[in-house]
Amino acid sequence: MNKIYPDADAALKDVLKDDMTIAAGGFGLCGIPELLIAAIHRAGTKGLTVASNNCGVDGFGLGILLDNKQIKKMQSSYVGENAEFMRQYLSGELELEFNPQGTLAERMRAGGAGIPGFYTKTGVGTVIAEGKEVKNFDGEDYILERGIVTDLAIVKAWKADDTGNLVFRKTARNFNVPAATCGKICIAEVEEIVPRGSLDPDCIHLPGIYVHRIVQGDHEKRIEQRTTRKRENA
Amino acid sequence: MAWDRNQMAERAAQELEDGMYVNLGIGIPTLVANYVGDKDITLQSENGMLGMGPFPYEGEEDPDLINAGKQTITELNRTAYFDSAQSFAMIRGGKIAAAILGAMEVAENGDLANWMIPGKLVKGMGGAMDLVAGVGRVVVVMDHTNKAGESKVLRECTLPLTGKGVVDRIITNLGVLDVVDGGLKIVELADGVTEDELRAATEANIVA
Repeated sequence: MNKIYPDADAALKDVLKDDMTIAAGGFGLCGIPELLIAAIHRAGTKGLTVASNNCGVDGFGLGILLDNKQIKKMQSSYVGENAEFMRQYLSGELELEFNPQGTLAERMRAGGAGIPGFYTKTGVGTVIAEGKEVKNFDGEDYILERGIVTDLAIVKAWKADDTGNLVFRKTARNFNVPAATCGKICIAEVEEIVPRGSLDPDCIHLPGIYVHRIVQGDHEKRIEQRTTRKRENA
Repeated sequence: MAWDRNQMAERAAQELEDGMYVNLGIGIPTLVANYVGDKDITLQSENGMLGMGPFPYEGEEDPDLINAGKQTITELNRTAYFDSAQSFAMIRGGKIAAAILGAMEVAENGDLANWMIPGKLVKGMGGAMDLVAGVGRVVVVMDHTNKAGESKVLRECTLPLTGKGVVDRIITNLGVLDVVDGGLKIVELADGVTEDELRAATEANIVA
């Protein structure tokens, strides 16, 4: 079993196909699989349907796939930081399926866990409920949401061992775990591949069974909103 | 006279009780954290963190550590990190005691609109729909009227809803209102605001 590929282009080479579906990890620009996104940009794969909480920003993250008109449809909860996204959506070039953030996460988790649908009270009485089955449990209405299974999942972790066990860092875990589980093939890019046995088995965030390919590389890790406080006088 | 942003945040902080797990929205709700005083409050950030700390000192920003507004933040000695599915499991599962959120419109039946203006502003609901559906108590903090002077406290919302019948309490620059049977009940008036002034700025039905 060799899961380690030399780079993102090699890991994606025989996987990418026009009109495929992709689940991508990350929240804003935090924990996004920036190397794999750049490789998809280089490959020029078109007609993509991408399930991702956000769609990057202009010129970075998934934003570069938008700029290159590679994305046909987004399944997201928030797209507010991207002018090109707004332009393509309002002009009808891009399909957008808004999902409440927790519903999107659970749709990925459920898809990966073999659960084709689940009921949630999130979105009841809103446009999100339109066209969805409503079921009453114990006096309260819930709507049916479908699990998501995608052709490919692209995620970013902090460390991996060669079997694909992953460890994330701080809030960069976010959607990477549910996204990884819902891909028929999951490729993880990491900052460091460590020797087998050097990760504490009690502290694995995502077991390697979900991860099929691993690439290591340097990450820019761009900050979207740099906020700080002043030091008190020493 | 009325409350300014900080006074509204200070008033909203009174809603929080010792030991609560709380989610604060973007804008004025974020300021609430400055007024919790000695109360032991754990802040949840829905991108995957309990125990959110203040902004980092300059030079100590960490791109792997942000809040739901994508701002750089810090951790505390109580902090726990988790993935987005886990984060919304605790929200949907009712483990978060309260959410304090901003709003574009609130109606007398507790309907809340705060995620889009059709044709103008398409940003998305983020985690707001999950929060208002799942947390124990929803407190809205917002200006009572919009820039044109029109009431944001309405009989019915005109914008697409974030949640139906979800708001428990509204804190505005003019005072505090509760959602009760038949309409809104005045709980408190802001400093220097008369009941007539608050009623005049409110389109919603106010019950005695």
